[in-house]
Amino acid sequence: MAAVQGGPVDAVEEKDIKTEPSNDGCGSNSTNDGRAASASPGSGAPAAGAKPAAAAPEDQQTLLAVLQFLKKNKLTESVDILRREAGLPEDSLDLKGADSSAAGSGGAAGGAAAGGAVAGGDLGAADASSLLSRVTASSSAVVQAPTKAAGEDQPDVNVVLSAYSQQGDPKLYPVYYNGLKRFIESVLDCHRAELSQVFYPLFVHMYLELVYNNYESEAKAFFEKFRGDQECYYEDDLRILSSLSKREHMRGNETLLDFRTSKFVLRISRDSYQLLKRHLQERQNNQIWNIIQEHLYIDIFDGMPRSKSQIDAMSGSLAGEAKREANKAKVYYGLLKEPEIELPLDDEDEEAENEEGKPKKKKPKKDSVGSKSKKQDPNAPQQTRIPLPELKDSDKLDKIMYMKEATKRIRLGPENLPSICFYSFLNAYQGLTAVDFTDDSSLIAGGFADSTVRVWSVTPKKLRKVKSAADLNLIDKESDDVLERIMDEKTASELKILYGHSGPVYGISFSPDRNYLLSSSEDGTVRLWSLQTFTCLVGYKGHNYPVWDTHFSPHGYYFVSGGHDRVARLWATDHYQPLRIFSGHLADVTCTRFHPNSNYVATGSSDRTIRLWDVLNGSCVRIFTGHKGPIHALAFSPNGKFLASGATDSRVLLWDIGHGLMIGELKGHTDSIYSLRFSRDGEILASGSMDNTVRLWNATKAFDDLETDDFTAATGHVHLQDNSQELLLGTYMSKSTPVINLHFTRRNLLLAAGSYNP
Amino acid sequence: MADREERRFAEVSRESVKLMAESAGVELGDDVAALLAEDVCYRLREATQSSSQFMRHAKRRKLTVEDFNRALRWSKVEAVCGYGAQDALPFCPAKEGELFFIEDRDINLVELALATNIPKGCAETMVRVNVSYLDGKGNLEPQGTVPTAVQSLSEDLLKYYQQITRAILGEDPHLMKVALLDLQSNSKIAALLPYFVYVISGVKSVSHDLEQLNRLLHMVKSLVQNPYLYLGSYVRSLVSSVMYCILEPLAASINPLNDHWTLRDYAALLLSHIFWTHGDLVSGLYHQILLSLQKVLSDPVRPLCSHYGAVVGLHALGWKAVERVLFPHLPAYWANLQAVLDDYSVSNAQVKADGHKVYGAILVAVERLLKMKALSLSQPAEGGSGGQPGSAVGGRVSSPGLSPPPEPLSEAALGIASHLQAGGAGCPWEEWTPVPLPAMYCELYSFFGDSLAVRFSTGPGFGSYPPCAPSQLADTRKEPCGPASNPDTARKMPQLTANLNISPRQDGSPRTDPPPPSLAATGPGRSLARSSSSSSSSVQRSRSSSSRPGQRSTGPSRDVFPKARFTSPQAGLPVFTFLIGGRQMGRRCQGRRPFQTAFAPTPPISSVPPRAYAHKLPVIGRVGKPVRRWACSHYSLHLPL
Repeated sequence: MAAVQGGPVDAVEEKDIKTEPSNDGCGSNSTNDGRAASASPGSGAPAAGAKPAAAAPEDQQTLLAVLQFLKKNKLTESVDILRREAGLPEDSLDLKGADSSAAGSGGAAGGAAAGGAVAGGDLGAADASSLLSRVTASSSAVVQAPTKAAGEDQPDVNVVLSAYSQQGDPKLYPVYYNGLKRFIESVLDCHRAELSQVFYPLFVHMYLELVYNNYESEAKAFFEKFRGDQECYYEDDLRILSSLSKREHMRGNETLLDFRTSKFVLRISRDSYQLLKRHLQERQNNQIWNIIQEHLYIDIFDGMPRSKSQIDAMSGSLAGEAKREANKAKVYYGLLKEPEIELPLDDEDEEAENEEGKPKKKKPKKDSVGSKSKKQDPNAPQQTRIPLPELKDSDKLDKIMYMKEATKRIRLGPENLPSICFYSFLNAYQGLTAVDFTDDSSLIAGGFADSTVRVWSVTPKKLRKVKSAADLNLIDKESDDVLERIMDEKTASELKILYGHSGPVYGISFSPDRNYLLSSSEDGTVRLWSLQTFTCLVGYKGHNYPVWDTHFSPHGYYFVSGGHDRVARLWATDHYQPLRIFSGHLADVTCTRFHPNSNYVATGSSDRTIRLWDVLNGSCVRIFTGHKGPIHALAFSPNGKFLASGATDSRVLLWDIGHGLMIGELKGHTDSIYSLRFSRDGEILASGSMDNTVRLWNATKAFDDLETDDFTAATGHVHLQDNSQELLLGTYMSKSTPVINLHFTRRNLLLAAGSYNP
Repeated sequence: MADREERRFAEVSRESVKLMAESAGVELGDDVAALLAEDVCYRLREATQSSSQFMRHAKRRKLTVEDFNRALRWSKVEAVCGYGAQDALPFCPAKEGELFFIEDRDINLVELALATNIPKGCAETMVRVNVSYLDGKGNLEPQGTVPTAVQSLSEDLLKYYQQITRAILGEDPHLMKVALLDLQSNSKIAALLPYFVYVISGVKSVSHDLEQLNRLLHMVKSLVQNPYLYLGSYVRSLVSSVMYCILEPLAASINPLNDHWTLRDYAALLLSHIFWTHGDLVSGLYHQILLSLQKVLSDPVRPLCSHYGAVVGLHALGWKAVERVLFPHLPAYWANLQAVLDDYSVSNAQVKADGHKVYGAILVAVERLLKMKALSLSQPAEGGSGGQPGSAVGGRVSSPGLSPPPEPLSEAALGIASHLQAGGAGCPWEEWTPVPLPAMYCELYSFFGDSLAVRFSTGPGFGSYPPCAPSQLADTRKEPCGPASNPDTARKMPQLTANLNISPRQDGSPRTDPPPPSLAATGPGRSLARSSSSSSSSVQRSRSSSSRPGQRSTGPSRDVFPKARFTSPQAGLPVFTFLIGGRQMGRRCQGRRPFQTAFAPTPPISSVPPRAYAHKLPVIGRVGKPVRRWACSHYSLHLPL
């Protein structure tokens, strides 16, 4: 519906839009110099010709009109070529073209020639001759200069031609662009910001067309002339673009493929859109109009045009903003009901008793955690929406431990900031690339660039392996302390090193029950390690490219991984093949995270978007745009309602999952953010960065302010107030140590980790 | 518009491509080379861009060869081998032509394989935890202990370390000298620095042994003077060790026979030396030192030897430090000292002797303060560049003499001044306003009376002294009992006694009480005196300040002292002298008793005075030879006046 785009355009145009730009037929048959030169400007052209065929009598008609035009201008050779290419019978022209019944074989490859002719048409009658002369001058075709002025053409031909005018003289691209620029600069302020969004995609597509059609020097000149106008947050892409000046290079360049295959999405108010359209139509500026039709998706909304800051907040991704529909799906962001575990209440005097196995005096838990889970959250998914593993006895014990710890939790707030412990990795010359803590903060694992995974115990309890099979046979399996007996005391050590990967380990994640460890590596695999035997259990292959991140589901069993192949995969530990493949990102998936209710997965990408995927059906339910750099950190708030994301643009953005809106921007860091974590109760957001600082943010305030504000959920326009300074609760420096992981213990002590790099 | 620099990336020129092709035995046409060059550029950029992704994911800021190779491998290009070394690659020009190449040495693989000395220092990767911020409270300073990469010392270094420490702390003085000399010049001991610093921090455990303390201090000096050592943050540790020797009531000082005074003097010199040569390593060091000295000075519970240490420490840090810390504290401190000096009881004898030492030290300090202040006032007036040569001189303080050379010391005062101004923001002395010289002089005069003037030789005859007078005066200080000083003292004497005679009634009988009770006992009188003194001083200050500008503009600093002396007697003479008398009596009359008894013409032992004065002098002389040499230098500076 919002695809009002193209609505007012007539049917012919509609068809043209559906081009397949990767079809480079035009370039391949450039042996014919005359045609090549005339066909060159514009990749859309050949497609236009390629498509029409069967169904479209108008196309046939157009072709005939073109032939007629050519003939009139004594361009006989071109006429011949065109006719041959189009496969039109010699006599078809004699039918005087206007005959619509001449629907015939339809020129499959004829578009090229048609395009060349069209070049003259788009300027309208007035300056057609001059333009044509230019075209012919640039080509070496044996064509006489048009002897007659275009004004003598039959008007109907002109109309038809102008409808086709995608191709222009490359030298006119700057003129077109400049014309649009002047127009946009002249419109009312309220529209200017919105219309300015068009600049960047237009710029890129024009440049690419120039490059694609081998107008190297023109492309360079165009680039240099207008790159200064582009928003600074596109700088990275522009740099890639600037290094590209040859058509051959385009083939292998992923960034450009993204650009050509996906439509750049813009949100523009109806008024602004009408303004733009009217302007382009008035000026017959079909060149630009066609690019807009072809490569842009304009998401039109009714209402006030957005301000510059509103637009800037949401733009910056590789492919523009998210369409509004993309974020309309219902997301069950509520938490699952906690399993009923009976918790002994007064643990003070019964501590000892509990250890033995929670005897007599049991009561249903009644603390804050318990009461919340009593009634089903209306926003929560069904308990069984995603099948989750049964709780084992050990899990229940752990839950009890968790609840007990939770009662001792420190209530954090602006006046009550957490203490921070820093785990420094010393002598990590080989390069620390990833860190994770277990939920109970008893283990810390590091992934290193030398392909190793190292696990440390940060409690006095040493790490022990299970005894070998032969030794296990010897032990008394009936004894009470069998779990103790199976451990090999001789192997006790503070550190265990896991060898198996053949590339830097970029992602690492403990299973919630602390029995497993996942690691993802440059070698394209994700490995599952047992923390009982300290051996590798499974190598999950599928990505085939570096796997940047992996994360265990909070309920165990499932995990997600994402990598250079632009997809995220959902796995179950007991399946060697992925259960779901989440595909849609336009660039590497750089970080992955499970929603607390295990029903959703969030992925951040270097296409500067964040996507939320439904585990149940693999669909993408949210696309968040607004970051200006690759996203490297994600964190869900404990209540599942919000998402925080950190990127190389040194900003943290906050998102409301339910409404699919950006709700906050936290500025303050001075370098890439690599870790984010909410405190256990969600009051504090901690962010760790390459700038060697940990910053604490007042999450409560950030989210509360929002709830009082009746935000415009319908329109999806965010008004972000710049209150980073108010929300920033503290900045804590480390000693030359980039903060690459953060973790709140169950009692809300903040742990940070990084490797000391003097 | 887009007039910015067009392309910021490197380009491979056509010539380069041709050359490379030639080296591979292929002849390339120009157009082909151009095409190739462009393609190479593009491919390089592409590879660089994708390699940056590996860098980002490795959470690094530096792109490594390894990153680049990964990018190449993933784009199915052969990796570039041989550039993984950490060392920078030397980029050399060939002799002929504009050709550059990377030096590529042959590596003997056999040697490498059989090499037995596997490099040490690759310590085990480990995780260490430290509580960085408790309850979110922390400052903005980088936190945490410095996790020095745990190095294992090589055998040789370990041996060296043992030998050196054994030699320095051992019995043989000759061996010690050699060891210290080596420590001072050895260029390979950087790795041992933490160990030596640790040894030196052992001063706290040997505070009973003056000899050991002395040796440790010498060790500090050697380390400080070693030009190859970068002390870095160890300066702080060294300073704290030295400060310990200066300020702490060492166990050794219980025994009066132990000459801990010398140790303190030496430590103070050392402190100043460290500060001037390495003070820039640790920001705010100067203020920290001043603060701790001030704390000691203002703490009446501390023993006198600590106070003595604080005074000589300030003195060593330069006159600015004296002016900033000692001078404002003097009025308050004086009362305590007075009480001690007042006490004639036998049990107090030792304490009193200590008190005299402090007195002497203060005297020396304030005299230099006055002198330098006068000098500094004159300096800008005569030439704005006065500070510059001073700091320049201070900058080259590195001569390895056993004691800090006198020149830099006096000059460094100016250096400190500039340092202060630079780092003045946020320091606790911001509200501190310099007292004009005359007022300062008057106030100090009120404490020390003519002993100040005498030693300072700002008598009326000062101006008429021949140019050689300064050196003569220096002699006076060196050998006060010598004949040269005698006429001077003799001439001053009457004034002194007269002053004393004015108000003997106030102090009454000598108090035997310990200081605090005596303070209490003299409460009302004292408060009166103080209020009057404060008012007088404020009056005096305002007057002098109001009267100063014109004078200063007219006259160079030479008449600063005479002015101070003349204006006050002339303008406010009646009141002023009276008040001074009152203050003198109230505060320090008892302190002056020894002088009085010594100098008064009435006492039977008329031959005593010089001796008594001489008895006093060691206190001053104790400050050591350098002091005298500094004094000389002041005078030499003073000469052109």
